[in-house]
Amino acid sequence: MTSNKRSTGRVVTWCMTGVVGMFAFGFALVPLYDVFCDITGINGKTGGRYQAGVTDGEADSRLITVQFIAQNGPEMPWVFRPMTRNIKVHPGEAITVNYYAENPTDQAMVAQAVPSLSPSEGTLYFHKTECFCFTQQALAAGETVEMPLVFIVDKALPEHLRKLTLSYTLYDQGKLQQAAADTTVAASTNGLAVGG
Amino acid sequence: MGVHAKQAGAVAAGLTIPTLVLADWGINMPAGVTATSNDIYGLHMTILWICIAIGAVVFGVMFWSIFAHRKSKGHKPAHFHEHPLVEVVWTVIPLLILVIMAIPATATLVDMYDTTESDIDIKVTGYQWKWHYDYIDEEFGFFSALTTPRDQIYNRTAKGEHYLLEVDNEMVIPVGKKVRLLLTANDVIHSWWVPEFGVKKDAIPGFINEAWTRVDVPGVYRGQCTELCGKDHAFMPIVVRAVPEAEYLAWVDEQKAAAETERELTQKDWTMAELMERGEGVYARACAACHQADGSGLPPAFPALKASALVTGPADGHLEVVVNGVSGTAMQAFGGQLSEADLAAVITYERNAWGNNTGDMVTPKQVFDFKNQ
Amino acid sequence: MSAVIDDHTQEHDHGPAGGITRWLLTTNHKDIGTMYLIFSFSMFLLGGTFAMVIRAELFYPGLQIVEPEFFNQMTTMHGLVMVFGAVMPAFVGLANWMIPLMIGAPDMALPRMNNWSFWLLPCAFLILVSTLFMSGGGPNFGWTFYAPLSTTYGPPSTTFFIFAIHIMGVSSIMGAINVIATVLNLRAPGMTLMKMPLFVWTWLITAFLLIAVMPVLAGVVTMMLMDINFGTSFFDASGGGDPVLFQHVFWFFGHPEVYIMILPAFGAVSQIIPAFSRKRLFGYASMVYATGAIALLSFLVWAHHMFTVGIPVAGQLFFMYATMLIAVPTGVKVFNWVATMFRGALTFEAPMLFAIAFVILFTIGGFSGLMLAISPADFQYHDTYFVVAHFHYVLVPGAIFGIFASAYYWLPKWTGYMYDESLAKAHFWMSFIGMNLAFFPMHFLGLAGMPRRIPDYALQFADFNMISSIGAFMFGATQILFLLIVVKCARGGVAAAAKPWEGAEGLEWTVPSPAPYHTFTTPPVVE
Repeated sequence: MTSNKRSTGRVVTWCMTGVVGMFAFGFALVPLYDVFCDITGINGKTGGRYQAGVTDGEADSRLITVQFIAQNGPEMPWVFRPMTRNIKVHPGEAITVNYYAENPTDQAMVAQAVPSLSPSEGTLYFHKTECFCFTQQALAAGETVEMPLVFIVDKALPEHLRKLTLSYTLYDQGKLQQAAADTTVAASTNGLAVGG
Repeated sequence: MGVHAKQAGAVAAGLTIPTLVLADWGINMPAGVTATSNDIYGLHMTILWICIAIGAVVFGVMFWSIFAHRKSKGHKPAHFHEHPLVEVVWTVIPLLILVIMAIPATATLVDMYDTTESDIDIKVTGYQWKWHYDYIDEEFGFFSALTTPRDQIYNRTAKGEHYLLEVDNEMVIPVGKKVRLLLTANDVIHSWWVPEFGVKKDAIPGFINEAWTRVDVPGVYRGQCTELCGKDHAFMPIVVRAVPEAEYLAWVDEQKAAAETERELTQKDWTMAELMERGEGVYARACAACHQADGSGLPPAFPALKASALVTGPADGHLEVVVNGVSGTAMQAFGGQLSEADLAAVITYERNAWGNNTGDMVTPKQVFDFKNQ
Repeated sequence: MSAVIDDHTQEHDHGPAGGITRWLLTTNHKDIGTMYLIFSFSMFLLGGTFAMVIRAELFYPGLQIVEPEFFNQMTTMHGLVMVFGAVMPAFVGLANWMIPLMIGAPDMALPRMNNWSFWLLPCAFLILVSTLFMSGGGPNFGWTFYAPLSTTYGPPSTTFFIFAIHIMGVSSIMGAINVIATVLNLRAPGMTLMKMPLFVWTWLITAFLLIAVMPVLAGVVTMMLMDINFGTSFFDASGGGDPVLFQHVFWFFGHPEVYIMILPAFGAVSQIIPAFSRKRLFGYASMVYATGAIALLSFLVWAHHMFTVGIPVAGQLFFMYATMLIAVPTGVKVFNWVATMFRGALTFEAPMLFAIAFVILFTIGGFSGLMLAISPADFQYHDTYFVVAHFHYVLVPGAIFGIFASAYYWLPKWTGYMYDESLAKAHFWMSFIGMNLAFFPMHFLGLAGMPRRIPDYALQFADFNMISSIGAFMFGATQILFLLIVVKCARGGVAAAAKPWEGAEGLEWTVPSPAPYHTFTTPPVVE
């Protein structure tokens, strides 16, 4: 029986290692998924600030339609809309458009715009060099703001993509920040660090 | 495939329930009115028949054994228990069948992901529990919510022809045009499905999805939300009216004019009676699902409005709750969902219905000022 | 860890302790197996009661019996209780009873942990069921608990639901470790891996699946817990999270979970069909490899539950092909069962009836699964009653019939008496008819466009829903008969021989019926 005992101990140790490993793997899926999405663009979440040169060489002769839409998250009273609905761009050229935001309430509020691009395949080829979604927006009561977005459509954009729709959903961050202030756990994985 | 498949479907149905085949008993997928839905239908029937054929062979052998190789008939068991060749064959053949299935499936799928330029873009936003349609290029939009009366749902009156599949504002599209749908959601995940189009796509909060359809046959097409989204998941249908282009353009003009009228309504001088009348309709549409038609609510989740301290208290408090919602509860912010006139009407109604005789009148102008203070 | 191992029972050949302590403190695999089976059956009745509420509400269009809010709690609790309370514990119970008997081991390798893993379960379900009585009600977001419906919009009791899932997970993991340790270490001399009965093989593979995915489930509910209570935003778009991520992680657990519920049934049926065909199982080795292949593939197909969330075309194609591939090893298993019956000498006692129904109806569920795998067609099937029909066809005549077949097959060994064959046959036929009546029309409902998880439906769905409800009531009521049969069998009747089935093979039939409290204290030798 002693050899059995020892080998049972070994099996249990291996199994427990597996269990702990898989629990960790469950959490590792979160950053892995983000990395995977950055590489493949599968969830349509556009990347952070584009670092490469603004223009390298001449722009493409193709004309791509870029469409802008906006919506508010739940219980978000701001007025929020794109100031340009559609724009035709040549891949490779840097374009600036503006979004309009207004805080109609009688209190100062902080908001965060969350970007999403459709078709998600286009995410890889849509670069933002400047975007209001990189940071949170704080508006005083009644304040309005025009927020710039500078982007470049990559020249490597596949032929079959002719129209890209960029959507922003604006979320009230007040509640979230309150919750985050209550705990330090918020610093983990996603926390408040919206890449934009 | 089309016609044959339909006949085949009818035959299959006839075999299954020989005496019960009635026209209104839907038993198969509709072939639908778009190229996509027809492709899907063809694919569905092909695979169904392949499955039936495989099933006939496998179950045939099995039933043969059950009838012929029973001990009670004195059958003596054979002794074989493996046969490498047979085992390889029945691994390879299914693999080949799968490849045959995969080819048309792949073609259809690639077609569904067609990203060529569209004629019309409509943003579809899912809310608990209604849809919002935004005609992006035309700059108007509207909510589309269930109109089936609660009395029908609670079996107090006879159910109508389109029970649970009828809405106040239908989505209207022109036939023969490529319509691109951009889907997102405000609160939880919803899913937009019209079976006749072969389009089903999830609407996810914070994310944008797209789908497209080109409807060839004018008509009214009905669908439902297909992702569990809370209490009234069953009560947020989709109704799409496909009309000839001229009719569509006329409708668009009408909508733009209506949006203008809505703005005028805000400015107009309202009487108490007008507000009460409008308010009753808005209440039934937007509030009664939770707070009930008689204002008694469903405590604790949905408080009673009848004799409520908030509703009979100062108007500003009441406005605050209706316009901005109550965070952490099921009470949504209706400020963005209802027009100023509707908000004013429903608040006036709540303050004066069911014995809440405050006598207060809240005007659209007041709501406008409240929203912009 | 070795301190956990208890060889106490092997040294003193005593019987069970008296009274309640026998059950509370037992480390005997047979007692624990019995408790698992009784617990599982009571959960089956509870989950069944929830199903009856659902079917009663759906009997007519309109709302009659329950409000939508409560209806959603019923669908959610029905799923959770059936998956985690009825099916999984039933298989752990069968494993506890039969694995040591089948491999010639004196007990499970970790008897004290065995006791612990059982007693966690009633605690977990007490917590889960108590949420129904909390303010705001129990979980109402479906057994798949998709965020953000279950996080930002979940009822206050969600934290208790998460806690209950954690406890169930711990219990399952401990059960799985025990099975692995037992199978790897306690086999009788001569019992090589490729001589093990298939039930043991499928359980060993299931146990590895459990170890791989239950921690992932624990992880995903932990993330929910943090989102709800600690302000993180794993699944909340407003804080930079992604609701779709929830679905990826959930189904990474969820799809292997489906096989966890069916593989042990494959094993049991692979014992039963040869026994009543009086012929060796056809293609033993290919059965083992097919099971392994199904288990491995189950990790690569999770996104076929998510075809409509907007995965790019390349992803859709990958998951479609991978899912279709599962049909190959599953087909091999079905062909092997049929080949086992072919040219045998068949008799049709209750275990065999359930096993044959298993093969036929599971195959039908497999066919609808293949249809669902076809991504473009899935756009029409997804989240409709077609899916409900599909998974009830694989789980009711699959998992549940597999459990009934096993119960009838081994009841003589457990109780020492033969069950009442005519009652058992009545149980089979009524279950068979009721089940088909309940679930077959659901295919039509789904194809005709009825979404799942709705308390009320459009009028064109009325007739099939009524038929389905009648079938469900019949199936539900029939299960009381099963309880009577088992009680009757436990209380007495015709004494069972050590090997009551002419064609049965395996070590479990070499010990007397009922199996003594301690068996194989000296390991048998297998040639």
